[in-house]
Amino acid sequence: MGWLRFLVLVLVARPLALFLTGADVTGRERLPLKGPAIVAANHSSHVDTLLLLAIFPSRAVARVRPVAAADYFLRDPVIGWFSRHVIGIVPVARLKAGQRTRDDGEDVLAPARAALAAGDIVVVFPEGTRGDGDQLGQLKGGVARLAEAFPEAPVTPVWIQGAGRVLPKGEAIPAPLNCAVLVGEPLDWEGGRTAFMARLRVALLALKDQAPPLRWS
Amino acid sequence: MDIVAAVRAFFAAQPPALLAGLAGVVALLSVAGAIATVLTALKPDRDYRELRQRIASWWVMVALLAGALLLGWQATVLAFALVSFMALREFLSLAPIRKEDRPAILAAYLALVAAYGFIAADKYMFYLVFIPVWAFLGLPFLMAMLGQTRGFLTTAATFHWGLVTCVYNLGFAAFLMRTPDSDRLPAGAAGLVFFLLLATEFNDVAQYVFGKLLGRRKIAPTVSPNKTWEGFLGGWLATGLLIGFAGPLFTPLAGPGLLVVAVALPLAGFAGDVTMSAVKRDIGVKDTSHAIPGHGGVLDRADSLTFTAPLYFHLLAVFALSKF
Repeated sequence: MGWLRFLVLVLVARPLALFLTGADVTGRERLPLKGPAIVAANHSSHVDTLLLLAIFPSRAVARVRPVAAADYFLRDPVIGWFSRHVIGIVPVARLKAGQRTRDDGEDVLAPARAALAAGDIVVVFPEGTRGDGDQLGQLKGGVARLAEAFPEAPVTPVWIQGAGRVLPKGEAIPAPLNCAVLVGEPLDWEGGRTAFMARLRVALLALKDQAPPLRWS
Repeated sequence: MDIVAAVRAFFAAQPPALLAGLAGVVALLSVAGAIATVLTALKPDRDYRELRQRIASWWVMVALLAGALLLGWQATVLAFALVSFMALREFLSLAPIRKEDRPAILAAYLALVAAYGFIAADKYMFYLVFIPVWAFLGLPFLMAMLGQTRGFLTTAATFHWGLVTCVYNLGFAAFLMRTPDSDRLPAGAAGLVFFLLLATEFNDVAQYVFGKLLGRRKIAPTVSPNKTWEGFLGGWLATGLLIGFAGPLFTPLAGPGLLVVAVALPLAGFAGDVTMSAVKRDIGVKDTSHAIPGHGGVLDRADSLTFTAPLYFHLLAVFALSKF
């Protein structure tokens, strides 16, 4: 099925992302080309995933796997099949705030760990859900736990400006508007989850400051 | 062998003046590339990366537009529709727009499709009134029905400004491709469009070069601090001479018509550049995007064309073309 995913990503996702967003990428050379690696981006729209899949070079795109909420993307068989085999999601169960593991004791990050162990480039949205696109929401700590488990995997912060205008939460029809994608310097694991999350937040906000203004009120 | 024969026939069917003009542009770009290479070698301490990037982007733009012009009106109209789309997308992305206006954004793109549809269908009268009258009224009505009155007039004006500059005005360049051969065109309809693009971009470059070489007195310090009287006048003179001498090779213009175009087109190019700079300054950006490496966005490159295209079209219509 890998060839189908590759063809869809290169022949459909890329032109579609270019049409909808212009895919204005700064710092493309900082994207990881081989795994295990983690890409951490802000999240305001499904277009974020489309864009991130579209900006990787062809030789790396087969390895790129977005982490996505199992409850949302596997809710029906057709979307589930598409999410798994074409988008290539790593399904994770979402937890309530403060909850470390699920009530049945299952480790929700296990699929993401397995993907990293297999040498994939795992894309995470640490906000855990789509925000309004104007502000960076509260970051969840899962990405720090992944970085701790794979200290050799660089964590590349990415700020996506404007995807929330192209397709906001709850809308069905995308409106083409330019998006800027700013790729930051990769962060290395230096120990300490709280410190790591603070560095990631600073890195994301620094990228946000360089993004073109969103005149949108 | 069949392919060679087909290629030969394809070029043999093109107006010789158009091919010569394109060859001239290729020669100019080669000279510019050679100068950039020599400069890089002579002054290794200075960074000429942006100049080389600019020239590389020129090659891409020339190749795409030349290909479209040689393929005919369908390809050229499609190419201009894409340019309009990218310019409008840049404009709407940077302009202050309210969250409630998403349906109006979609409607603006539909207006683009309709306007280029009128060009493809060769419906000149429909084209003339569609955006200035019907989109002008229809979009604000749609916005009113969406129910948000805060900043209504400003937003309506923003949409209209974007549609007229990015779609309506650039569309005139595409509409020139529908000029029939009965209008006695020395280099075909493609020659008309080629010469508009050549004169406009030559004017941009000439103003820039004269400004770099001689510029002292600022002409619009609050809007465009790099523009000088010397650059403006030098570009005006050089482009006026280019139009005066090369205009008859590509257009049916002669006598007073040629003189008026030679005087007015460089002025319009300058006006487009400065006016778009004011818009960018208001929005708070230097470049409208990074779509064209070394140049900025599509709107940065096409800003003067949004003024020269309708001017050139209308002067041709007044002085030389019987169709329009």
